[in-house]
Amino acid sequence: MDFNDTTQEAEFRKEVFSWLSANAELKDGSKDSLPAMSEEDALVRAKEWQAKLYEGGWACLHWPQEYGGRGSTPIERVIWGQEVSKFKIPGGFFEIGQGMAGPVLMMYANEEQKKRFLPPMAKGEEIWCQLFSEPGAGSDLAGLKTKSVLEGDTWTINGQKIWTSGAHYSDYGILVTRSDPTVAKHKGLTYFFLDMKSPGVEVRPIKQISGGANFNEVYFTDVKIPDSQRLGEIGDGWKVALTTLMNERLAVGDASGPDFEEAFNLACGHDLNGSSAIKDGSVRDKLADWYCQQSGLKYTKYRNISALSRGETPGPQASITKIVSGNKLQEIANFGMDLMDANGIVRQDDPEYGMYQMGFFGAAGIRIAGGTDEILRNIISEQVLGLPQDMRADKGIPFNEIPTSNK
Amino acid sequence: MNFEFSSDQMLLKDQARKFLEGEESLKKARDVLEGEASFDENLWKSIIEMGFTATTIPEEYDGLGLGYLELCVIAEELGRSLAPTPFSSSVYLATEAILRFGSDDQKRAYLPKLATGEIIGCFAHSESNTSPTEENISCSFDGSKLTGQKIVVSDGDVADFAIVSAKNGGSVGLCIVDLKSEGVEINTETTLDPSRSHASFNLNSSAEALEGTSWESIQELLDRAAVLFAFEQLGGAEACMDMAREYAMGRFAFGRPIASFQAIKHKIADMYIAVELARSNCYYGAWALSTDAPELSTAAATSRVSASQAYNECSKENIQAHGGMGFTWEFDCHLYYRRCRQLAANIGSQAVWKDKLISSLERANQI
Ligand SMILES: Cc1cc2nc3c(=O)[nH]c(=O)nc-3n(C[C@H](O)[C@H](O)[C@H](O)COP(=O)(O)OP(=O)(O)OC[C@H]3O[C@@H](n4cnc5c(N)ncnc54)[C@H](O)[C@@H]3O)c2cc1C
Repeated sequence: MDFNDTTQEAEFRKEVFSWLSANAELKDGSKDSLPAMSEEDALVRAKEWQAKLYEGGWACLHWPQEYGGRGSTPIERVIWGQEVSKFKIPGGFFEIGQGMAGPVLMMYANEEQKKRFLPPMAKGEEIWCQLFSEPGAGSDLAGLKTKSVLEGDTWTINGQKIWTSGAHYSDYGILVTRSDPTVAKHKGLTYFFLDMKSPGVEVRPIKQISGGANFNEVYFTDVKIPDSQRLGEIGDGWKVALTTLMNERLAVGDASGPDFEEAFNLACGHDLNGSSAIKDGSVRDKLADWYCQQSGLKYTKYRNISALSRGETPGPQASITKIVSGNKLQEIANFGMDLMDANGIVRQDDPEYGMYQMGFFGAAGIRIAGGTDEILRNIISEQVLGLPQDMRADKGIPFNEIPTSNK
Repeated sequence: MNFEFSSDQMLLKDQARKFLEGEESLKKARDVLEGEASFDENLWKSIIEMGFTATTIPEEYDGLGLGYLELCVIAEELGRSLAPTPFSSSVYLATEAILRFGSDDQKRAYLPKLATGEIIGCFAHSESNTSPTEENISCSFDGSKLTGQKIVVSDGDVADFAIVSAKNGGSVGLCIVDLKSEGVEINTETTLDPSRSHASFNLNSSAEALEGTSWESIQELLDRAAVLFAFEQLGGAEACMDMAREYAMGRFAFGRPIASFQAIKHKIADMYIAVELARSNCYYGAWALSTDAPELSTAAATSRVSASQAYNECSKENIQAHGGMGFTWEFDCHLYYRRCRQLAANIGSQAVWKDKLISSLERANQI
């Protein structure tokens, strides 16, 4: 066991840090968020930053160089992650593409498609979204109904997706459809990628609890997709979707928002019951819990990376990250607002305080998006611990005979 | 960077596990709990033969000269099997105190015998119903004579000598007292976990100083021990998770295994999460301990708090998953429930360690 860098790793770290220093601003204490701005402006800022990363050879570190990556080792990725977290950098637009669509294209697309789509994805030039969930199929994703029909070598898509994050600014999407409703539900699915500007695609924003509208309804009316954009075999879409979801869980890092450091700094600079909040026993008690959770997640990630570098595949263990960090964020958000006493309910523009209010809403979404807390506990108990699957009322029944409501 | 134990260390862990299973350590824990003995002498002898007590003692003092990572994997297995022996007192605390703070003479006198198990040591720190502080320690030591009282000394009634915290002039330091010497009165205490023995001391005896020790030395000793205790707690927590899992797979209700009920599945998934977080934090602590890293006090408190939490969660929910069976004397659930409490109390409560954690982060923040 060795948490220190080898000479080579130390050199790499130095190289990373000096590049970042030259191109980004170091965080300073608790005021470490970039200023809030409109989504449009934030997108411009994020694209500029991603292009800079790409030009510097720091985009999608672990991807092969020919697809726009750097061909880095897992440990180099850890080092990059450690160093980059010291800087104020924009994000939030490329995760679905680089974290989910990218790996699926890498596995299932042909060479020409990989060369065409992966580098612009790495550069942040083209943004991707994930068209999986439907009004009747979220946790039970395999219950989706969006219809795909093949004629010649063209597919026609009809149906509706929902909760599609970023669909309104995305260029491409990954899509799961039902190509055969007469077989059992996991069997009749087929997976594609498509141009979001295809005729017949309509994106309608949905207003979220925070008031913003980052996710959307997406309607498909006779949308044409060439068969060459199918990923995986016809009827094998569930397998491809599972690959995507597995990568999703790896890609979703810690919930973004205030964490232990921010809460600690806030407590140091704030009074509670007449003296510094950091001296308060109940504050220290909570801070210690969050520190242990944060540290536990950090080193669990490192243990997974060590497994990766030994050639083992990191398993569904990664599922614990989202459960723990989503709930931690929700607690920290409430803690931050509580420290402001009654004023915690008043909208704060200063990010030092506003981030707790953003986290208050954000955490509620994190605990649902990409697999709810409950579904993740199912995954841990079934796939890691080998406990029996939930009893299913729809097992083996053709999809079009499965009950969908009480009526 | 590498965040795993080496294959040699994993092999040692595996050997330790098989050895303790072969020795029926768990059954022996029950025997001690139910019987009169303070610990299991046969198991203790076998542990000594395995060389576990000699792990971190340098070869020049007849030890094995291995590192702390080796001791960590052994600790995890002792915790998993509830080994009813004075190992933690003698190895994590007494041996460690002599190794860190003893003079050459003291090392020569104590370490070889500790390595071979010829003598057992313990650590006497608590004095009252509140956690010890530099101010409230009332035992006093004038350089040769030690007077005062100590309570809940783990293994105090089986040890040959004790490392004792006491005031010398205005400041607190450590001294060594031979428990067989005149003026030492030892009373066995009844605790919630009789599989481990505890005693109180009435001291009016001679003692020798561990020169140069201070309140900070005591904190350093506790930090180092905390990592090793955390590994014991981790082993216990994982054992509870495994027990719950196994029982739930075999027990049927409503025509199906209770492991197929989501409430039970999610309970066990939560145990898994707690155990994984604790394991990762323990590895961090192990690394800091084995390299004397500057962040040892943070890492130690993190592993201690995290492992205490995991053990608490797993030992209580293990009973819950067993239903009525879990509440019987006959099932082993309560052995873990008791040991969890014993270990949680042993070197200071959760509140104390959480406070230490935040204090060490405050210090780090000031630098
Ligand atoms: C902020 C946000 C962004 C999102 N972005 C995207 C996106 O980009 N692309 C996309 O495709 N989807 C996206 N989603 C959708 C997300 O994946 C689904 O909302 C999620 O999988 C839950 O599905 P549902 O909303 O249908 O809830 P339901 O499945 O109806 O769940 C309702 C409740 O029932 C519980 N439940 C359901 N099944 C079980 C079970 N078997 N056992 C125990 N409890 C169960 C759930 O845990 C939950 O508490 C996003 C969601 C959010 C909140």
